[in-house]
Amino acid sequence: MSSDEIALEVVGLCKAYGALSVTKDVSLTVRAGEAIGIIGPNGAGKTTLFNLFTGIIRADAGRISFFGQDITTASARSRCHMGITRSFQVPQPFGGMTVFENTLVAAAFGQKLSQREARAPAAEALQRTGLWPKAQLRAGEITLLDRKRLELARSIATAPRLLLLDEIAGGLTESECQELVALIRKIHSEGTTIIWIEHVLHALLSIVDRVIVLDFGQKIAEGDPATIMKSPEVSSIYLGLEAESAHG
Amino acid sequence: MSEPSHPSSDWRRFIAISALLVIGLAAAPLWADRAGLRLLGEMYSLLTLALLWNLLAGYAGLLSVGQQAFVGIGGYTLFSATIFLGVSPYVAILLGIVLAALAAALFAPLLFRLEGAYFAIGSWVAAETIYLVFTMIPQLGGGAGMSLPAAVVRGIAEDRSTREFIIYWLLLAAGTGTLFGAYALLRSKVGLALTALRDNPTAAASLGIDIWRAKFWTYVGVAAAVSAVSSLIFLQKLRISPASGFSLNDWTVTIIFIVVIGGIGRLEGAIVGTAVYFLLREFLANLGPVYMIVLGTIAIITMIFARRGIWGFLEARFGWSLLPTTRLPPHEDKI
Repeated sequence: MSSDEIALEVVGLCKAYGALSVTKDVSLTVRAGEAIGIIGPNGAGKTTLFNLFTGIIRADAGRISFFGQDITTASARSRCHMGITRSFQVPQPFGGMTVFENTLVAAAFGQKLSQREARAPAAEALQRTGLWPKAQLRAGEITLLDRKRLELARSIATAPRLLLLDEIAGGLTESECQELVALIRKIHSEGTTIIWIEHVLHALLSIVDRVIVLDFGQKIAEGDPATIMKSPEVSSIYLGLEAESAHG
Repeated sequence: MSEPSHPSSDWRRFIAISALLVIGLAAAPLWADRAGLRLLGEMYSLLTLALLWNLLAGYAGLLSVGQQAFVGIGGYTLFSATIFLGVSPYVAILLGIVLAALAAALFAPLLFRLEGAYFAIGSWVAAETIYLVFTMIPQLGGGAGMSLPAAVVRGIAEDRSTREFIIYWLLLAAGTGTLFGAYALLRSKVGLALTALRDNPTAAASLGIDIWRAKFWTYVGVAAAVSAVSSLIFLQKLRISPASGFSLNDWTVTIIFIVVIGGIGRLEGAIVGTAVYFLLREFLANLGPVYMIVLGTIAIITMIFARRGIWGFLEARFGWSLLPTTRLPPHEDKI
């Protein structure tokens, strides 16, 4: 699946708010085509890491490069145009617009297309995510699963090279969760590099090639899923969360 | 405008009805008396201001309470350019557009550092500052203001009725131009960005929309258009003072009332709101201060029970849309 090409390289990333250090000297490398999982307790700095990757916030120190290009100081918009897209933990639909218009915005602005040119990729994103029958519904009126699908649809409509998923499986029933996992697997198998933050571990572990564990803003472990989940420091953090994911 | 998503038969009907309506209104000098024309002209000017404020607050998220700054700039430019530079009123209007756009472009970087309620207060403070500056310029009559000399007025037309017709037509052109211009804008790619911005600024930013630029050009464009319609209003009034030109009540509070009642973030809202405002005013004006209490009560009730205004309620309830901007998906076999 993955190649030798480096999609994302992060070196010594730091971010602090006053005395509170939320990201401490984080380094990681993601190869093109890989799927990486990031786990860690609440407040470990997982979402902050995504905000740093997408450029919503700036790092105090460290360097981020994307396919060999230094993007440490690039704006959120230009990173989106380079191919970094995220889904939000709490779905953020354009509630007054239709489902189709939501992906149309993503295709038109994420890929810098005209409205006319954006129609095909916008429709295709809906078909890939199974939302096509709901294309003309208002995005504010669809179910939670559909809003999560729409987060994915909008992300893929920007033609991403790196897809950042933020707790997309949370709050779904077991069968909904499986549907979503199948969809993510499909997107990944079509060549998109994925970094996925997730508390629903069985969903995450069924897809990712590698897991990174964060705690108090630091990377405390990294490796293949089976080994990582057996390590004593991870299981001590994750006792509670395993129970939670078992109940789905 | 010929967006492929629009069914062509609907489209033709829309154009036919709009054209008939505009022609009927343009013929008003034939069927309305002087007072009627003035009332219609005033409706067009408030409709224009409401449409523009709706673009700002309803779409771009710029809750400006300082639009009277650009009304004042437009009005004063008309008076001072015709009097001191001796140019025709039409040239003065163009000059007002440029000056208001420049003022907005200067304010924008300062005001955009503020968000939400802070932006609202900031825009108000900026407008008050300009108002105070104008009261202190003796050449412009200070606090007493100035009148438009008869010679300038005659530059438009020699006799009074022709002049009134011309001003009426200019106001009608401003109203219809703004309405259809705003509609075309909202159906364009810029409109897609503005609508996304209206619904969810966080998501809009993460999908590659340049929010600052969208807000900047909306703010500057609206200021320029406000200045243009303001010049027409004061061309009709023939007098301007800092208190009338920079009136918070006339140019912002009334406009906010219209948009909130009609439906914020919907083009139709400004039309419905203007109609409701004028109906209330015509029927309740003789109640004196009670009239203001009634207006306030209606605004509060609307905000509590129909937060998207009268049009928002009708749209949600019956699926009505007078000026649809919804982009239809392509047919499945064409993908």
